[in-house]
Amino acid sequence: MNPDLAFLIEVIVGGLLSGVMYALVAIGFVLIYKTSGVLNFAQGAMVLFAALTFVSLLERGLPFAGALAATLAVMVVLGLAIERAVLRPLVNQPPITLFMATLGVSYVIEGAAQLAWGTQVHGLDLGIDDTPFEVGGVLVSRFDLFAAGIAGLMVAGLTAFFRYTRIGLAFRAVADDPLAALNAGLRLPRIWSAVWIAAGLVALVAGLLWGARLGVQFSLSLVVLKALPVLVLGGFDSIAGAILAGLIVGAAEKLSEVYLGPIIGGGIEGWIAYVAALAFLLIRPSGLLGLRTIERV
Amino acid sequence: MAGIASVGAQRTLPAGVTSVALVALVAVGIVPLIGTSYLYEAILTPFLALALAGLGLNLLTGYAGLLSLGSAAFMAVGAYAAFNLSLRLPFLPLPVVILIAGGVAALTGVIAGLPALRLRGFYLAVSTLAVQFFVAWALNRIGWLSNDSPSGIVSAPRLIVAGISFEDARGRYLFSLAVVALLSFAAWRLVRSPTGRDLVAIRDHEIAARITGVRVARTKLLAFALSSFIVGVAGVLWAFAYLRTLEPAGFNLDRSFQILFIVIIGGLGTLRGAFLGAGFIVVLPLVLARLGAAMLGDGFDSGTLEMCQRMVLGTLIVAVLIREPAGLTALLDRAVGRLRGRAD
Repeated sequence: MNPDLAFLIEVIVGGLLSGVMYALVAIGFVLIYKTSGVLNFAQGAMVLFAALTFVSLLERGLPFAGALAATLAVMVVLGLAIERAVLRPLVNQPPITLFMATLGVSYVIEGAAQLAWGTQVHGLDLGIDDTPFEVGGVLVSRFDLFAAGIAGLMVAGLTAFFRYTRIGLAFRAVADDPLAALNAGLRLPRIWSAVWIAAGLVALVAGLLWGARLGVQFSLSLVVLKALPVLVLGGFDSIAGAILAGLIVGAAEKLSEVYLGPIIGGGIEGWIAYVAALAFLLIRPSGLLGLRTIERV
Repeated sequence: MAGIASVGAQRTLPAGVTSVALVALVAVGIVPLIGTSYLYEAILTPFLALALAGLGLNLLTGYAGLLSLGSAAFMAVGAYAAFNLSLRLPFLPLPVVILIAGGVAALTGVIAGLPALRLRGFYLAVSTLAVQFFVAWALNRIGWLSNDSPSGIVSAPRLIVAGISFEDARGRYLFSLAVVALLSFAAWRLVRSPTGRDLVAIRDHEIAARITGVRVARTKLLAFALSSFIVGVAGVLWAFAYLRTLEPAGFNLDRSFQILFIVIIGGLGTLRGAFLGAGFIVVLPLVLARLGAAMLGDGFDSGTLEMCQRMVLGTLIVAVLIREPAGLTALLDRAVGRLRGRAD
């Protein structure tokens, strides 16, 4: 194969795989936004909290499964607590107020996580070796592939859950029309609690994978900033949109960094995704796969 | 943002004038007599700069209902514009430099506000984040902006207006005070003008505003321009009067959040809110440091302090939004009302 072409494919594949990681965080947002209309800025802080708790428990000598179970329990409690203490009293407030409240929550979680477990960087080894392997002249990272597999499993699980379980059906009903759902006898508070628990679990998965990639440290909380353009592009309320947009943003970021970076200077991945997502949004305000009604003038 | 705070706009003139006169008396008459340079440098000057930034953001978020997460970027634009103007056009007097710098920030604000013509809510907030990251990137990448300084840190020019030096701690305080007073007066006039009412109308009900003849697009862009002008000038004060150096890291996302928090805690949609919120934000770490040291002794280091501060701030934001969406301003009003009631 032509080496230039091979390099191009390598860049795209790398981008797509890192896009899966973005989508992983974005899905946590979508779950909550879909059912309660809250854009949960604290999702990044929850990712940090999950990873930090897990690593610290491991370092204190808990076995892998034990630490995982304990962290799982902690995330369930955290999700429930946020829903109960912060969002329940703010029901029916404008979306922007809810957003600002989750900004406050993210500060509390970040502070608490680091106060409890310290601020030093922890390594996290999930036991997957990260040696790249070659497929037809293209190098692929084993770890990224593993992450993509996990993300795929999670999405399949969520889809099955939404489609085939009673509570999943209730989730969809609430997302579709909260008042009608309430009228039909669905208990909204219980569903909101469930969805925050689910978001906590998604945060745990994202936290473990991102933590293994970057090391467990404060900057893990900033993955939220990577997820926002993905959400804007995919539509805040579509899981499929989040995946698709994650792939697009990941690939576009890598491509622009490699091919555009040398022309206008490196480090553009911090904003290029935002600009691209916004440009797209001006043409199609509901995102790739989002519902058509949202927040448009 | 319907329903949050229409408190400020309805205050009667006499009460406002008395309290403003009282504050002015304290700020100009009493503080310079008793002030120490610690008071000026660690509390009053940063307070003034942050209050001004909060005032600017409040016009946009509190009055017009447009959430911005990019305030620090507008501060940076103002500060760096002023730096480059006074570096490259040294004959310009400082007030002119500050005016033009504010103008550059306003222009940036209009560009950042363009998406607001089609987007609302979260989408708009995300677009202001784009501005935040783009400005940070540009300041780090384009060496010319910081005079090709290898470290990226440059010192601010001296504060001299019409031959009078404002270089010492008290001078920098008085300089900031003058700028803040002028712009606060302008903002006060603005929110009582028809334009100010247009802003509130757009926040409360955009379609109704449009029907009653408010030119929505124009007014939104104007809100961005005016807000960014004030925030840009606040950036000049932050860099020239408080820090006396400029570096891109000083205008990061945390600063944007800090200014948003000032507005939320102080009270959305009130001018006094920015001052109350800024006072709170400046004093909070000092109080926490004292408290922590008293309670924990040596175990309370700066890292712990920062984490505690984050938690307290976050908790307060949530508490304010739940319990008192009109912020400290409403608490103050109620306290004053109670005192008056007792006196009668």
